[in-house]
Amino acid sequence: MAKKEFWRWPEYRHTVEGIDPQNGKVISGGVDIGSVSSKTVIMVDGEVFAQSVMRTGSSSPDSAERTMNWALEDTGVTLKDIHYVVGTGYGRVNIPFAQKAITEIACHGRGASFMWGPSVRTVLDMGGQDCKAIRVDERGKVQNFLMNDKCAAGTGRGMEVFADLLSVPIQEVGDRSFAVKEEPQAVSSTCVVFAKSEAVGLLRSGWSKDEVLAAYCQAMAHRVVDLLNRVGVEKEFVITGGIAKNIGIVKRVEKELGIQALKPDQWRDDPRFDPMLAGAVGAALFAKVLYERSQG
Amino acid sequence: MITAGIDFGARNVKVVILEDGKIAARGTALTGFDLKIAAKEASEMALKAAKLKLDEITHITETGIGQGSVEFAADSVSEVGANAKAGVKLLPSARTIIDVGAEEARAVKCNESGAMEDFVVNERCAAGAGAFVEAMSRALEVELEQMGPMSLKATEAVPMNAQCTVFAESEVVSLIHAQTPKANIACAIHDAIAERVISMVRRLGITEDVLLVGGLAYDVGFVDSMKRGLGVEVHVPEFPEYVSAYGAALIARERAKE
Repeated sequence: MAKKEFWRWPEYRHTVEGIDPQNGKVISGGVDIGSVSSKTVIMVDGEVFAQSVMRTGSSSPDSAERTMNWALEDTGVTLKDIHYVVGTGYGRVNIPFAQKAITEIACHGRGASFMWGPSVRTVLDMGGQDCKAIRVDERGKVQNFLMNDKCAAGTGRGMEVFADLLSVPIQEVGDRSFAVKEEPQAVSSTCVVFAKSEAVGLLRSGWSKDEVLAAYCQAMAHRVVDLLNRVGVEKEFVITGGIAKNIGIVKRVEKELGIQALKPDQWRDDPRFDPMLAGAVGAALFAKVLYERSQG
Repeated sequence: MITAGIDFGARNVKVVILEDGKIAARGTALTGFDLKIAAKEASEMALKAAKLKLDEITHITETGIGQGSVEFAADSVSEVGANAKAGVKLLPSARTIIDVGAEEARAVKCNESGAMEDFVVNERCAAGAGAFVEAMSRALEVELEQMGPMSLKATEAVPMNAQCTVFAESEVVSLIHAQTPKANIACAIHDAIAERVISMVRRLGITEDVLLVGGLAYDVGFVDSMKRGLGVEVHVPEFPEYVSAYGAALIARERAKE
């Protein structure tokens, strides 16, 4: 039997009800090919209509095609019907059907400002292989940013490594990290490789898996709060990217910053607010503007 | 006079016994999770080889991560202090000693009498330590001992973009999928870690002669990358992994005489 892969998070697609693409003036697409996940958002006149989230494969063009096709599935819309597609993310230059590539920093800023409103000033994007702290103005335009893309500590990959090490499905990490009597000391190693050895030592000395998860979530929160503090945090504050779905990180980041994130749970009831989609939403918004501009 | 040095490394505990200043025996054991057990195993191995009993040793000095964990050690010395002492004893012209262990890398600048003048250390990132090569050998499915010889057979330089060990694992897998010869990947791995170690050493300044010690100095591929990267001759002593323990034993001898 194949080893269970605890790091695997669920892929999905979704169509928003009540939007008729046939009556729309502009259909725009945003495709975000991240190092770990690929996302597509289809917008009709600037409103989210369809979306898909899946794992990135070994080839960016293939991943882009798969996530786009899945988003369009059973919507009655085909790629030809889309007026303009903007690509973003680490694989953005390798999307065959995108008319333009825009950096994920710009797209996350724009997307977050659209999703959570113009009061957003600070965006923490915690992706699969990098982490960015972005300051934006009231239109979602990037003012400043800092990024860690050199080190797995503080990224989704670090969390995946821990989910696998402890055999805990990655979606359960957040809740389980709170199933402790007392918040333990944070894991002291920054490096994921060393943190792993440290965790094995903690388990051996009698810590429960939940305690180790709590200690790691806390270490990760420290790490990203450092990045945030260097760029400066101003309200409102939102978290995007896959880790934003991990309540164990969100709550600990909020606590350490002393600032609440804006509606971090909204995605549970309304998939349009999936924090993983912020980049693709921003890209689709840029696509709409670029199309309109091209039409004069 | 008989003295001993014990070095607690992240992977292995090493013991060196000196009889009148000459190395009488070495011993080693996996560090594991109990430093006391590891220390006992490594010392028993060395004592057996030297045909000695523990109470015949006048002075034991320890160094490394687990200082204070064994009661039979009289005192301790820093790793960099031990490196400087042993490095200059082994190669009197050595002025820069680079020690790359499993989870740490250090560089020590020293004078002709083996006193440490300055040092730099990386103990925060696996990508600059032996753990990096271990992880990459697993990703490459090549025995750790084979990484060096394989690396020397490289025909072409392939760049590695990832700095982080975790990201580099995925990159190695991608290189394998892209049909890159394993020798070329092994060489890229050694070049990558050498580059990081060298950038750390440069903060100290490089004064010849350069002596490379620690477990990773057994890896001929890494040594070759260090030579190419530094552009100077890199000397490797016999038994490079025992250099810190040897330094501790030399210091034990000095202290016992006082």
